[in-house]
Amino acid sequence: MKNTVEIRWHGRGGQGAKSAALMLADAAFMTGKHVQGFPEYGPERMGAPITAYNRISEDPIRVHSNIYDPDYVVVVDETLLESVDVTAGLNPEGAIVINTTKSVDEVKPFLKDYKGSVYTLDAREISEKCLGRYFPNSPMLAAIAAISKVMTKEDFFREMEGSYRHKFAKKPEVVEGNLAALRMAYEEVE
Amino acid sequence: MAATDISKITEKSNWQDLTVGNQIYAAGTSKAFNTGEWRTQTPVFHSEKCKQCLLCVPVCPDSSIPVKDCKREDFDYDHCKGCGICAKVCPFEAISMKEGQ
Amino acid sequence: MAIRERLSGNEAISYAIKQVNPDVMPAFPITPSTEIPQYVANYIANGEMDTDFIPVESEHSSMSATVGASAAGARALTATSSCGLALMWEELYVAASNRLPLALCLVNRALSGPININCDHSDSMGARDTGFIQIYAENNQEAYDNFIQAYRISEHKDVRLPIMICQDGFITSHAVENIELLEDDKVKNFVGEYNPENYLLNAKQPMSVGPYAVSNYYMETKMAQNTAMQNAKQVILEVGKEFGEMSGRNYGFFEEYRLEDADYAFVIIGSAAGTSKDAVDKLREQGMKVGLLKLRVFRPFPDIEIAKALSNCKAVAIMDRCEGFRSKGGPLGAEVKAALYDYAKDVTAFNLIYGLGGRDFTVESAEEIFKELAAYVEEGKAFEEYRYVGLRGESYSIARTSKGVTSDVNADRA
Repeated sequence: MKNTVEIRWHGRGGQGAKSAALMLADAAFMTGKHVQGFPEYGPERMGAPITAYNRISEDPIRVHSNIYDPDYVVVVDETLLESVDVTAGLNPEGAIVINTTKSVDEVKPFLKDYKGSVYTLDAREISEKCLGRYFPNSPMLAAIAAISKVMTKEDFFREMEGSYRHKFAKKPEVVEGNLAALRMAYEEVE
Repeated sequence: MAATDISKITEKSNWQDLTVGNQIYAAGTSKAFNTGEWRTQTPVFHSEKCKQCLLCVPVCPDSSIPVKDCKREDFDYDHCKGCGICAKVCPFEAISMKEGQ
Repeated sequence: MAIRERLSGNEAISYAIKQVNPDVMPAFPITPSTEIPQYVANYIANGEMDTDFIPVESEHSSMSATVGASAAGARALTATSSCGLALMWEELYVAASNRLPLALCLVNRALSGPININCDHSDSMGARDTGFIQIYAENNQEAYDNFIQAYRISEHKDVRLPIMICQDGFITSHAVENIELLEDDKVKNFVGEYNPENYLLNAKQPMSVGPYAVSNYYMETKMAQNTAMQNAKQVILEVGKEFGEMSGRNYGFFEEYRLEDADYAFVIIGSAAGTSKDAVDKLREQGMKVGLLKLRVFRPFPDIEIAKALSNCKAVAIMDRCEGFRSKGGPLGAEVKAALYDYAKDVTAFNLIYGLGGRDFTVESAEEIFKELAAYVEEGKAFEEYRYVGLRGESYSIARTSKGVTSDVNADRA
């Protein structure tokens, strides 16, 4: 019935949740979709909880409100599970993906009887392995792309490679690491 | 655009006859405005007492003391408002003030 | 062929600025407009445009320098938001009364206090009587398109007034969305070169700008300024039409969305109009005859045109994203109601306040209000006017039915 996929990102200022939402919008745009990627700004402080959103649609998008009934939720920082109602309004046909070392069963108590699919991913391990530093947004971006299927795997990797090559034109050495992080995360949740 | 003829713009002009934003497309138009008419006291130049020290020239707020070949001439009464500063600064009593125009 | 892109509203405006390549841009940063001078400065540093960028120490200075640049003969612009616009206050009047064409990219943000960085229209609405032309956008596309039309309107010989190109802070300025860009040469041809007839740097024809006007000149000067603002109406329509012929996107004073046969309508400005269109479509599917009028041009105010467009509606909700503290609503409400009083007295109009300080406005909120308009007309239910949409706790409001005011604050006081 819906031909718009709505995604809500929960992160902390500085972790790149907004950038990840914009990158997802970018990649979906490149596959011919209509997209929205936007942050909800509170006080701009590193570490403060932030929310970002994506709408991805076959049709032009006119609505300019936040997303209250998302199809998918991405939690970039597991410490948010205790303070933020991350499954609020989440479509039971959809899914939530959480960056954590915990298992699905261990995080379920924080998800208020959410009936849809729950995925966990250790983005820290992937990021540190592939990039040598903790940037959780690339693995989480790959995870939501794999789970939501807003584009094909081939499209996603093609567009992300192009996007990284453009973004890191002056630091080409980090492109491979980011792509490896994407691949590892994608395959883990696939 | 032709220069603005400010004699054609007066306090009786209709709004259509003002320039855009009251801009004035001409230079030195204040010369045409006879501020000397405001004078209630008038400086009188006594050239025989004047040493041409020129102290009076820079203090005149209305540039009404013309200077030619390093010598001051008589007042420009079209623009002098009769403030009397020149008479005050003159060390030689070469300028006196009289009542009226 | 149009260029398919995805840009935030700030990126879109900056891209338009790059394509227009004006002569001078003085600017001072303030959220959420900061990205505009930032992106423009980047374009300049990368050699993609040759605008003279002037970093200044305040918005008072940025508008002063923009005014100076325009008087000197340059095509000039600046950008700001909220308190930055407030600090420009006196220069806004100076720019307009001296009839200096220039552009101000405004990213709408609430004015303090309480201090808040998010969207509402209190900044630009406060400046509605400064003599600036004001044009608002629903999304990044319109912000881009409006800027490309800005100088054609502002510099027109019958107008020569400064123009404010407004978009909603964060909601459009920081949201990446699809957009269709025009090719550089199309933009350049459309906007054209700026060749002012008179300018301060013209040594052949000295001039004075901003002379003192005694009382005997002042009202005549204001009438000339007002006439220029009235002239802007025709120019805005002509430029909008020509832009439409080039781009396929037509612009007038406002957009009528499913309004022609609507019984119930919104009058609304900015990004929330898009959200409300989704509500209109949903309710139309349920058989309700609803529509909306999205106002694009607030100055000059198209009063007859608005009244005519609404004249067949049974009830209208005028949505203000700005508090007017007149105990009856905001500025849009006051002006639209005045227009209806003059030209369409039979239309019942209510004024509501929404979205202050970035408060989210949803499709559901819009649907609710449309249904209440219908209940007022069809069931005789009271409509709570001048309430705040989405407020926690009961709102100060005035309940009206077709029989008149059933309760208001004055009755309560008595």
